[in-house]
Amino acid sequence: MTGSLPRILAVLLKEFTQLRRDRITYAMILVMPVMQLLIFGYAINMDPRHLPAAVLSHDTSTVADSVVAALERTGYVDVRYLPRSDEELDQLIRRGQVMLGITIPPDFTRRLLKGERPQILAEADASDPQAAAGALAAVSVLPTEALRHERLGLGAPRSTAPAFEVVVHRRYNPESRSPFHIVPGLLGIILSMTLVMMTAMAVTRERERGTMETLLSTPATPAEIMVGKLTPYVVVGLVQTVVVLGMARVLFSVPMARTPAGWLALACGIVLFIVGNLSLGYLISTLARSQLQAMQMSMFYMLPSIFLSGFAFPFLGLPPWARVLGEIIPVTHFLRIVRGALLKDQVLADMGNDLLALGLFVLAVAGAALGRSRTTLD
Amino acid sequence: MNARAIDVRGLNKSFGDRHVVRDVSIAVDTGRITGFLGPNGSGKTTTLRLLCGLLTPDSGEGTVLGMDFRARGDAIKRQTGYMTQKFSLYEDMTLEENLAFVARVHGLDNRRERVEDTLHRLGLFDRRQQLAGALSGGWKQRLALAAATLHQPRLLLLDEPTAGVDPKARREFWDEIHTLAAEGLTVLVSTHYMDEAERCHDIGYILYGRLIARGTADAIIRDSGLVTFLGEGPGIDRAAHLLARADGVLSASAFGAAVHVSGLKREALEAALVPWRKEPFRWSEVPPSLEDVFIQLMGRERDERYTS
Repeated sequence: MTGSLPRILAVLLKEFTQLRRDRITYAMILVMPVMQLLIFGYAINMDPRHLPAAVLSHDTSTVADSVVAALERTGYVDVRYLPRSDEELDQLIRRGQVMLGITIPPDFTRRLLKGERPQILAEADASDPQAAAGALAAVSVLPTEALRHERLGLGAPRSTAPAFEVVVHRRYNPESRSPFHIVPGLLGIILSMTLVMMTAMAVTRERERGTMETLLSTPATPAEIMVGKLTPYVVVGLVQTVVVLGMARVLFSVPMARTPAGWLALACGIVLFIVGNLSLGYLISTLARSQLQAMQMSMFYMLPSIFLSGFAFPFLGLPPWARVLGEIIPVTHFLRIVRGALLKDQVLADMGNDLLALGLFVLAVAGAALGRSRTTLD
Repeated sequence: MNARAIDVRGLNKSFGDRHVVRDVSIAVDTGRITGFLGPNGSGKTTTLRLLCGLLTPDSGEGTVLGMDFRARGDAIKRQTGYMTQKFSLYEDMTLEENLAFVARVHGLDNRRERVEDTLHRLGLFDRRQQLAGALSGGWKQRLALAAATLHQPRLLLLDEPTAGVDPKARREFWDEIHTLAAEGLTVLVSTHYMDEAERCHDIGYILYGRLIARGTADAIIRDSGLVTFLGEGPGIDRAAHLLARADGVLSASAFGAAVHVSGLKREALEAALVPWRKEPFRWSEVPPSLEDVFIQLMGRERDERYTS
């Protein structure tokens, strides 16, 4: 046994020497856990608070202010909008700008004073059941907590019974079925993971094998090489999309878009998202020096894509800095588009910002990738 | 029609602070085969890459195929075939697929015919369905030549095309090169083999990024001013390293049981040989070989670098 010790040492030292040469691998080994720690420690909140809400009051008295105050006291929601019409409120919810919409009917104060236990409507965006549960928790305390002082001041009968009722409406996913939320989101993760990783090696592989030299000595331009290399993967991405959506429909009864306009919006989102991922992979492959590095960079990209995009945890429950990071990641926008089209009947007009963001991402990243591609080896 | 296929002057290229190609000027006549020699790391590959537009020169001017080589790199690329030092076609594609790809990327018409013709011409037709990665060295090199000449270029740049290839395959390869040159193709080929150098019409010798000798093999040997003696006799090969250190001797190398001793000054060389001019050794003056000349050139250049 003593005889093998020097040989073990030889291999061990060689391994360390090679590890030291590969700086990026080294950096990744250190940076990855740090990033994970920061994300899990600071960004992720299993009990999201300060979710955006809107209160629409048809009642002319100051009762709305009291409802707003009571809602905000719970800490679960921040009332960010005071819409003036049902349409306005509906649009805020449909476009995902608020998680919760409260509607106070016109004769609310009058009936409250008469002790008729009037109703207010609480609509939650249940396309994300987890976040909706948080928002609805805030609503559940309203009848006992809100308006206590106002009722006494107005001379209403002193009573411990709830003075009014809250009618809860879980929109887009009334049964709060999590596959409706997870499966469309998974489409974004699957597309990112496979497409970014596959194309991240596209150029790196040619460089490693030496075939890049042949390719560059031909009349093909960088743009021609890039388009030629990426187009087959657009097909791969589309096939994946069809498979995932088909399974979502058959196995989990996930709703599909219901109108041609909805399908069109979804198709636009999918194509932009696929092209965006491919461009990002291509950019990585122009940066990575080896296929291993390309793989690591792709993994590095997946981490925020899963945790800061709204896939694993409600986006609106993230702290502001994490939301800013999340807005840069294309998955975030794609999740809004795909959930919007499938669950919320969104059309192009509803997802303008997200489509625009994806479009900008494609332009910036494809431009950078092209800028880094050269017709020469220097 | 320009008689010179390549006429480039003052070529320079640095990578960081390494000055890899220094003021190299190359003139190659159309239809000639020019051998490019020099030790490893002397700048041969870089020079070839500069000429085919794979690298951008820091300075230099001139024409390749009659076109300004800095401004019209793309047009030059279309008419140039470049064969890389390392096999650089797709190993996971068949011969036919590789050639079809090259034909397409060059936008050639009659693709199928051209690919078949080329496969036949280089004796690759029976192997057309094999994966390129499964070929042995000699066949790979033939495939690479097929790919580099498929678009019928006017200029062919070959970077150590026969490294690691057996003598028979090398001979066939050179026969093919001569056939192509006879059809009017201009060839610039880098090599380490002296026998290959002697098969070129012209030779350029590059060292530390500088082109230090140019011309036909005979002219280079003649201009070197080198005097070479051949020593024979039992055990003389063991005297080579002693002779190499003697004054007036530039190089002394054993060739089997014989030794080549070269120097620039005849008197000094003869003086150095005096101790060995005895039985059983026999000495005769021979014309220096190309290799003797290059080894002497390498030594001289090194001395100049150290003294200047």
